[in-house]
Amino acid sequence: MSEFFAMGGYAAFLWPAYAVTLLAVVVNVVTAQRAHAAARAEARRRLEIETAPEHER
Amino acid sequence: MNWTWFHKFGSPPHIYRIAGTLAPWFGWPAGLLIVAALFAGLVLAPPDYQQGDGFRIIYVHAPSAWLSVMIYGVMATAAAIGLIWRMKVAHAAAASCAVIGAWFTVVSLITGMLWGKPMWGTYWVWDPRLTAQLVLLFLYLGYMGLRSGIDDLARADRASAVLAIVGVINIPIIRFSVEWWNSIHQAPSVMRMDRPSMPMDMLAPLLMMLLGFTLYFAAVMLVRLRAEVLRRERSASWIKEALQ
Repeated sequence: MSEFFAMGGYAAFLWPAYAVTLLAVVVNVVTAQRAHAAARAEARRRLEIETAPEHER
Repeated sequence: MNWTWFHKFGSPPHIYRIAGTLAPWFGWPAGLLIVAALFAGLVLAPPDYQQGDGFRIIYVHAPSAWLSVMIYGVMATAAAIGLIWRMKVAHAAAASCAVIGAWFTVVSLITGMLWGKPMWGTYWVWDPRLTAQLVLLFLYLGYMGLRSGIDDLARADRASAVLAIVGVINIPIIRFSVEWWNSIHQAPSVMRMDRPSMPMDMLAPLLMMLLGFTLYFAAVMLVRLRAEVLRRERSASWIKEALQ
């Protein structure tokens, strides 16, 4: 197992490379979902304003 | 010729719904492929006869570099469609690409540096391939900066589309930099005219990664596209429908 993590002496370069890639993969999923959730929340607000009775606008 | 499909494709409610349906169909296979490719690339593939286990950086470096260039192509194509046919959804699609593309350009640069240090003896050289890839990052950043700098959405769409299209010139420069100039970067080992120059047990994980990353991009981009389309929409009737 430790031999696997040593990666033939390249561990110090290989694992950071994999970590950076994993970070990008995760961050892009999370930020895309957040952007979509934010857009939905914003749309809901707009809709409430538009459909609200005249005196509440 | 029947153009209804084209108009249907340009309709925001349709796109919003279709993108929502399709995203998981790209996302889950992408996840499975990437996990399988990680195992195949890190465990099953034999070490390289020159680079030992260090060569395994290819399984994250090449897919990121591929995405950085492929996403730019998608972005510029969508921008051109938006510009030519005045299709708002196409502009929204182009805008959804930029952040993802910029991220993977950064990843390709960092993983490349981490590969360069042990193999070439340096993190960075002003080599044609490396420099062209850095220019790609600046194109993405310029595109995003231009968009956020213009308040009027229609103008931001048009101006950023022109930038994206002009920047396409950089794509063949990236691709052929290793052949036109005396580059320190190796020539392509998969995307070349004759057959790939890798044995199958090294090549298979790479192909899985390339496919996995491509599907992953499709999934993430579709979610961003939904956000972008919803943000732009002013018609209350379909927003109500979309929110249900």
